[in-house]
Amino acid sequence: MSEVTFKVLRYDPETDKKPHVETFVVPTRSGMTVLDGLYYIQEHIDGSLAFRSSCRAGVCGSCAMHINGTYRLACETQIDALNSKTVKVRPMAHLPVMKDLFVDMDPFWEKFKHIKPYLIPGDEPGEKERFQTPDERAHLDRIIDCILCGACYASCTVNNYDEEYLGPAALLKAQRFFSDSRDAAEEERMDLVDGDHGVWRCHTIFNCQEVCPKEIDITGSIAVLKRNMVANRWSPSLKKE
Amino acid sequence: MRYHQVVVVGGGLAGLRAALELNKRNVKVAVVSKVHPLRSHSVEAQGGINASLGNHPRGSHDSPELHAFDTVKGSDYLADQKAALRLTEDAPKRVREMEHWGVPFSRTPDGKIAQRPFGGAGFPRTCFASDKTGHVLLHTLYEQCVKYEQASERGEMVIYDEQIVTGLVVDDGVCHGVIVWDFQNGEIDVIKSDAVIFATGGAGRIFGKTTNALVSTGLGMAIPYWGGIPIKDFEFVQFHPTTLFGTNILMTEGARGEGGYLLNNKGERFLANYDDSSKAMEVAPRDIVARNMTREIDEGRGFEDEYLHLDLRHLGREKILERLPGIRDLAMKFVHVDPIDDPIPVQPGMHYTMGGIDTDEHGASRVPGFYAAGECGCVSVHGANRLGGNSMLETIVYGAIAGDSAAQFVLDGGSGKVPDDAIFENAKNRELSRLEGMFNGAGEENPADIKDELETTMNRKCWVFREEKTLREGIQKVEELQDRYKKITLNSSGLRLNFDLLWALELGGNLAMAEVMIKGAARRKESRGSQFRTDYPTRDDDNWLEHTLAYYTEDGPRFEASEVDLSIWEPKERKY
Repeated sequence: MSEVTFKVLRYDPETDKKPHVETFVVPTRSGMTVLDGLYYIQEHIDGSLAFRSSCRAGVCGSCAMHINGTYRLACETQIDALNSKTVKVRPMAHLPVMKDLFVDMDPFWEKFKHIKPYLIPGDEPGEKERFQTPDERAHLDRIIDCILCGACYASCTVNNYDEEYLGPAALLKAQRFFSDSRDAAEEERMDLVDGDHGVWRCHTIFNCQEVCPKEIDITGSIAVLKRNMVANRWSPSLKKE
Repeated sequence: MRYHQVVVVGGGLAGLRAALELNKRNVKVAVVSKVHPLRSHSVEAQGGINASLGNHPRGSHDSPELHAFDTVKGSDYLADQKAALRLTEDAPKRVREMEHWGVPFSRTPDGKIAQRPFGGAGFPRTCFASDKTGHVLLHTLYEQCVKYEQASERGEMVIYDEQIVTGLVVDDGVCHGVIVWDFQNGEIDVIKSDAVIFATGGAGRIFGKTTNALVSTGLGMAIPYWGGIPIKDFEFVQFHPTTLFGTNILMTEGARGEGGYLLNNKGERFLANYDDSSKAMEVAPRDIVARNMTREIDEGRGFEDEYLHLDLRHLGREKILERLPGIRDLAMKFVHVDPIDDPIPVQPGMHYTMGGIDTDEHGASRVPGFYAAGECGCVSVHGANRLGGNSMLETIVYGAIAGDSAAQFVLDGGSGKVPDDAIFENAKNRELSRLEGMFNGAGEENPADIKDELETTMNRKCWVFREEKTLREGIQKVEELQDRYKKITLNSSGLRLNFDLLWALELGGNLAMAEVMIKGAARRKESRGSQFRTDYPTRDDDNWLEHTLAYYTEDGPRFEASEVDLSIWEPKERKY
């Protein structure tokens, strides 16, 4: 049986002065994921290790963390694919560590809630569904795949120096509703993403896009959001035909 | 001690839908969820949600009655017929309401909600958003909850996430609240309430090979079971035909609904060789397809004696990218197969518990003030076999019904009884000593070993084909594991962010529900729907057309039977 060495950044703010790396030797098998490895540690070596998980299928967004140089979902990252005898794991940045890999997601959710993340239609619906053509619906492709794992938020260097920056996930969500033919709250939401800590803070660094486990064009969506705001508010000549 | 008029336990589809209904009726509601609501297992549902909208060119003659009949026939006549009809009558309204709230359904060319064929259905009536229907439904319901958390015009709505309910407060036969462990800050607390709705999902994790999330342990069924509420029809387990070999991640039935083939190691569409699937082929109901796949594998026509092929290649790149992008992504990430170029290795895996907490058609249990909805509950609308696309439907239809019933109960004055504060204090203190006792056990058992052995036992002894001898062996093993569970030891202490303790608690639920399931399977000496007994291979309406009720006792479940509502259709042989 082969083995791999896990180096996990551990920190309990209630007992530790500062974070430290702990090393665990974990037996591996074909197809084993980083999440499987973390469970092996919790179940067989050190039960105090803290991390989140739920679906183990890359769709619930619980287990984003920094693994061997980049942010990814532990559950869909197979150890073999890392091509390394060492698996280095640390928690997401820009969110306070509560214990080990378990971070306080509240700032992330507060920003998500700030943009009014729900459909605000302009009319009362009838008995039947609202119509939306396949072409209109196609504007939502990919953008609705966001699982709100927070990998983009942790990777964004703007979040590093501006704690109040809304961050990629909240802005993407805003763009999701701007792109929906059924939504009518364009002006209202533009006010919510405007301002010093809003959409203009995005410096088009593409970190969010690089780490997104759903391969969503986050940076591009934010650029479209900026463009539409400029067009709507200041430069009508930019408006699309 | 917190107080809310109603506490909803579970933040998946059924729980959030119930909470929205209570909120609409100006009832103060709190949702307690052990994970953030968006991490609930509902998010993994893929293929779609049934409603007789008639939007498909071949669906214009569809109706709620025909949908209900398909559901009852699919259930092998064990569903309660009026409850099934209520499910299908409310379906169009509830699905369209989800659209009004923002669900990005896939669309027909004329802009209506798109529908696809699913197993056991007379018409294409499964509404979908590519193959991520659960994801978009859950995100949309959560968005609506955020809206009403922020809104002031309605009753208060609070979501407590990452807090787990560990017990009920029941006094004099009435439910008055729940005991909550807030594992973020390490506190045990009581939430007083006038009604409680459980929407805690399924129990897939009592098996190893399951599509279910790690959090679907069955603890949410075990808590009311220990509290005296019976579990209904728990022997009926849905094995989904197509789960990814290795991890058992779901590959939607929509893949076959869109035209995918199942192939054996000779490249044959083997379903043609079996009487019960030769006509419907890949869209025969799940129980039938799962059995015929298991036969192929057992008789040596599988690959590595483990799996078969789900072949989508003939659908073409464009259709796969448009309709099935999610499973393509999963196949590429987990088995390194791109379904555009190669077939996907699949095998049957545990998917769904048809049974659950016994409720009536209002979502109410026998204990006043206690309700259940979604997979943890059993009305029953699925009977012995659930049709694909009916589970998400049940969550939103019966989630709303349970919310409405609980709201009415509360607004009518509830049970009228207000227990003494000491009852709550005592309940809390008992729970605190129970949890702390788990750190100080004298035993040497590692809960992870018990869980592994339980999963293997259920995989081998309570699977697609069942018989007396292996079921008895399984029962003996489950009882042994329950004894060993009393001797576990944990290697970390404290109540704050202690996942060692959390999983050990969950394991208690796993074991209780496994016992109810396997003993129920051994007791029912017939084959019906998902339960196939090789020693009793036919349906036996004379003796077994009845619901199973399991009551908790210290010596294991005590079984009773209850009547099935057959008031609309007479049971017939189930043929496709």
